[in-house]
Amino acid sequence: MIQRGRVFSFSFVLIFLLAVVLAGCGGNNNAASNANATEAPAANAGTATEAPAATTEPAAKKPTVAFVYIGPPGDGGYTYQHDQGRLYMEKELGIKADFVENVPESADAERMITELAQSHDIVFTTSFGYMDYTLNVAKKFPNVKFLHASGYKTSENMGTYFGKNYEASYLTGIAAGKMTKNNQLGYVGAFPISEVIYNLNAYTLGAQSVNPDVKVSVVWTNTWYDPTTERQAAISLLDKGADVLLAYQDSPATLQAAAERGAFAGGNDSDMSKYAPDNYLTNPVWNWGPYYVKAVQSVMDGTWKSEQYSGDMIDGMIELAPFGNKVPDDVKKLVEDAKAKIISGDLDVFTGPISDIAGNVKVQEGQKLTLEEVLAMNWLVKGVEGTIPQ
Amino acid sequence: MDFTTQLLIAAISAGTPLLLATLGGILNERAGIIQLGAEGLMLMGAVITCIVYIRSGSLIVALLATVAVTAVLGLLHSFLCVTLRANQTMSGLAMTLFGSGLSAYLGKPISGIPLPGTSPKLHMSWLEPIPVIGKIFSNMDYLTWFSLLLVLVLHLLIHRTSWGLHLRAVGDSPATADVMGIRVQLIRYSYVIAGAALIGLAGADMVLAYAPTWNEGLTAGRGWIAVGLVIFARWNPLRALFCAYFFGALDSLGFRIQLLGSVVPSYFLKMIPYIVTILVLMYLGYRNRNKPSGTPEALGVPYIREQRF
Repeated sequence: MIQRGRVFSFSFVLIFLLAVVLAGCGGNNNAASNANATEAPAANAGTATEAPAATTEPAAKKPTVAFVYIGPPGDGGYTYQHDQGRLYMEKELGIKADFVENVPESADAERMITELAQSHDIVFTTSFGYMDYTLNVAKKFPNVKFLHASGYKTSENMGTYFGKNYEASYLTGIAAGKMTKNNQLGYVGAFPISEVIYNLNAYTLGAQSVNPDVKVSVVWTNTWYDPTTERQAAISLLDKGADVLLAYQDSPATLQAAAERGAFAGGNDSDMSKYAPDNYLTNPVWNWGPYYVKAVQSVMDGTWKSEQYSGDMIDGMIELAPFGNKVPDDVKKLVEDAKAKIISGDLDVFTGPISDIAGNVKVQEGQKLTLEEVLAMNWLVKGVEGTIPQ
Repeated sequence: MDFTTQLLIAAISAGTPLLLATLGGILNERAGIIQLGAEGLMLMGAVITCIVYIRSGSLIVALLATVAVTAVLGLLHSFLCVTLRANQTMSGLAMTLFGSGLSAYLGKPISGIPLPGTSPKLHMSWLEPIPVIGKIFSNMDYLTWFSLLLVLVLHLLIHRTSWGLHLRAVGDSPATADVMGIRVQLIRYSYVIAGAALIGLAGADMVLAYAPTWNEGLTAGRGWIAVGLVIFARWNPLRALFCAYFFGALDSLGFRIQLLGSVVPSYFLKMIPYIVTILVLMYLGYRNRNKPSGTPEALGVPYIREQRF
């Protein structure tokens, strides 16, 4: 019995040690970025003690900046674009920013934002789900500036920023409407929330502007990133007959599924042409860099004030990815013309008459939706085949 | 193509990684060792495939490397569970944590880089004229064919050969097997290693067939589903085939119902696989209430020679 007990206790100790070591390894990537974050407080603690000296000459002091990411910067999509923006800002302003990746949209986020707020002057929280946590932390740190992407809540020291990516969705729709052979488009939507809905509607309106008979079938995956599920969604659309797909998702799974069947497809957030150049259409792309430079610069100048910033194709926050190899020149020209009109202000995506699926007129002839109305959109335009789960 | 054929094709496509991982789990557990590390092993399989495929450009080399690396992880698991007689649940969970963390770390440099190719397909044009079967089988990829072949091989191995008899003996009653001159430790080691390698291949299949690039957390919980399917299939390879495709079909069915213009919210449709699983488990549990459960008797119990329990 003694023998047995010894073996068991030995193995328990060993497995415990292993688990500790493994857990350490497991968190390695986070640890690496946390190291950034924890180094920063240390560095800042140094400056904090010299704070009286620093306040006498504020012009010489550059703000410390931190970013909170929902995914890894290598996701090739949403977080990747934010990270590119961070790098651009660092280069332009000569500021080294910290970032923490893979922060879940839960109480963990509030803890992380609080930690960053203790040691930074500006904190960018880059995902919708951070909204309430950012607001809570903002109340506790009135001297820190918080900037939250895609939300709608603000305070004295918390602003929001996002962009009219539906303008690029509209342009993508024009290309899709021209490329389809059977007038059946497919849309893989992540969640039935307004952000996805107004992009889907803009895509549909874009396609209808060049091809009035076009129909857009939509499926909801209820996930931002899950290649298996996205692929299943894409295949079910292809099986239904759609020959051009657009995915408001973070992985290129839809593009690959379409490529296997010789259909066209686009993704979201960043240029995905490298995954299937011959089957790539185009899609909206985020370009955050110029905004980050502007925001940090305004804090440095002392001109910053809380606002709901909305970027567009004019200031370059929204762009269209380069077209795939097989998109013909006349289609490109149509899109470029429409893009020029959007930039010049002659074309507004949500200009009436627009009716919803049931045929109710939602936007009267000659009227335009305000930005607030667009951001709160919860209805589908006529021509979309699908439902919004209630 | 009609609805059923399309659904079958989608089911096979969604079910193949599940099938490979489930078969790996069955091998593991038939030898009496619990395998809860499937999620981590799949992630490791996926990341190694991506790294080696991108660096070497050769799919064969990538798959061999995947098998080798996940086999080493299987060796670690069996060393812990067989030689050190550690708690198998703990070891499996550690494997999952380890695999998810390490794969994320290793994958950093190649994250988002497209693979040089996707899963190669075996075109068999002579099958095409046959109605349903032709549509399904004429254009499947090699890994799918491999998984189908494997089902047959494992079924015969486990139920029709003396090796299989040894395996079952080790899983059901290691003491008896030991008395009969079967090398319990060796058998447990080999099957845990082979099982881990199969689960690694499941991860490889996910990157090759679904999204042609590595991203952290790519399996999105499929490893855990495979852990469940091992039990669902009652440790039987043929049933594993059925269960994996059944699950694949249900996964795809939700979207098809959405497209038919159903009024059922998509959240509910996403629950279909899980609700049906519960219902099937209830039904099977009721129907088989008087039969042995099929669980290897010595599952989770470390074997110590001459030890009385």
